[in-house]
Amino acid sequence: MPKNLTIIIVEKDRDRALQIVDGLKASGDHTITVIAEESGLARRIAALDPDVVLIDMANPSRDALEELALASGPMERPVAMFVDRSDGALTKAAIEAGVSAYVVNGLQQDRLTPILDAAITRFHMVSRMRTELAATRRALEERKTIDRAKGILMKARGISEDEAYALLRKAAMDQGSKLAEVAEALVNTAGLLS
Amino acid sequence: MTYTLPTGYIPLTDAAPLVIARALGFDEEEGLHLDLHRAPSWSALRDYLALGRVEAAHLLAPLPIATALGLGGSAQPLEVLSVLSLNGNVIGVSPGLAQQMRRNGYRFDFKDARTAGTALLALDQPLRVGVPFPFSMHAELLFYWLEALGLPADKRPSIHTVPPPLMAEAMAKGEIDAFCVGEPWGTISVENGVGELLLPGSAIWQSAPEKVLATRHGWADRHPDLAGRLIRCLWRAARWLGNAQNMTTCAEILSRPEYLGVSPDLIDRALSGRLVISPRGETRQCDRFVAFFDGAATFPWQSQAAWIGVQLARRHGCDPVKSAQSAQAVFRADLHRLHLAQVTRDLPGASAKVEGTLTHPSALGSENGRLILPPDSFFDGRIFDPSAPVR
Repeated sequence: MPKNLTIIIVEKDRDRALQIVDGLKASGDHTITVIAEESGLARRIAALDPDVVLIDMANPSRDALEELALASGPMERPVAMFVDRSDGALTKAAIEAGVSAYVVNGLQQDRLTPILDAAITRFHMVSRMRTELAATRRALEERKTIDRAKGILMKARGISEDEAYALLRKAAMDQGSKLAEVAEALVNTAGLLS
Repeated sequence: MTYTLPTGYIPLTDAAPLVIARALGFDEEEGLHLDLHRAPSWSALRDYLALGRVEAAHLLAPLPIATALGLGGSAQPLEVLSVLSLNGNVIGVSPGLAQQMRRNGYRFDFKDARTAGTALLALDQPLRVGVPFPFSMHAELLFYWLEALGLPADKRPSIHTVPPPLMAEAMAKGEIDAFCVGEPWGTISVENGVGELLLPGSAIWQSAPEKVLATRHGWADRHPDLAGRLIRCLWRAARWLGNAQNMTTCAEILSRPEYLGVSPDLIDRALSGRLVISPRGETRQCDRFVAFFDGAATFPWQSQAAWIGVQLARRHGCDPVKSAQSAQAVFRADLHRLHLAQVTRDLPGASAKVEGTLTHPSALGSENGRLILPPDSFFDGRIFDPSAPVR
């Protein structure tokens, strides 16, 4: 039975990190550490001597990890490198999912693949959740703005809610812009009049 | 028929040739549509390029060379088709260090690398210096500068990788005492009151290749037509950028949220070479702070690649002679010349020169004999002969 792997996840967002940890736990009994703080990243990772480091592709601190690839004294362990030396298709899938992995030289492919597969699945899932959350939040905000714009029109022109809505929609169609944009412009400038 | 070419860049002032080529339609003039992707980090951009998510990328000049020497986290060989900019970095120190240097009589001339370095080292303090990437001109210029000043190895500063947009924050948190970074991020440290500018990168080497246009090895040979269009459209953008009157427009375009998203007056400082060096508003003028066009600035000199290769080799324990050779092969001076033949004759006839010999603008043998090369000397007067890389 090969020894358990030590995996580091660099992720600020606690919920997101937990999602990824859960996914990896399902792929085997590994020692997983989450690092949220980005200062001194390379030094801390080197101290933990991991087999695999997973980091969000969009995280600008990823460049600090490149120092790990330089910790190159022959006796020094993590000689970390990006996975593209082992499996092109897997790396491509990882990049599509937005995860980059640094892997200690010499870690066998058959041990790495299940971890990366799990990470890729989780990264896809959390990014989908993030997109959904952002879309929901935006929809809610737009609705709030439209409601406020309707209120301003109803008060200023003494019209009903339906009439105010129709007026906004007509203005949006005439200007070729979105209803929410017209509403936002109205709300932003209405303050000047009062 | 217009070809769409996914191209990656990092939001920096020196991404200007790519941004201007797209924004002003120099790409379309060549039947090309540059589909620009802003990347979050250098390693991410290198990997996007290596794995074919983009076909071309704005990269730090030493990065493709490091890859050729087997350094760093990617094994996909890359090549350089054009230089996108020369110079353009700043070295800055914390207000605390600046104050001590002033107290000792140093006058922050933003010019003389020897007096600046001597004043900094005279403080005799352990330094932590932030650079954007381990393989960057920032790191190369810093190491060259400190070594030439005779700093003993045990007193070397510790070098930390800090992504440019986080540099000002790292200074504010006291994680680093000094930095070498590309604009506008040095200026932003000054604006935030956490840094003072000590030197422009050009004070160390007057003609340092800063950013390059890189593609995967073999791509340009397999797609000569596309490579030609790409090199030419960036050359046209560089020619536009070579006109000082266009700098205000350039700053406005770069400031757009989809590109840098930074106020145009901060970007303009690097483009005009008129930098504010301290939070008290002191300004200094620096000629050729960043150069895009004049003096064949787009030409990928193999001798400059060799210089980078030797510097990297020395520090990382590779063979310097072999490294110089591998590095030279990365800079495709041949393709650059070939694809620009139909638009200009102001290109060097040779692909390598002895670096560091020109203290003044000098005429050089080009196809029509009109090419004037800018000064290329190192602050310590050393020269680098690529035919004898180790002395």
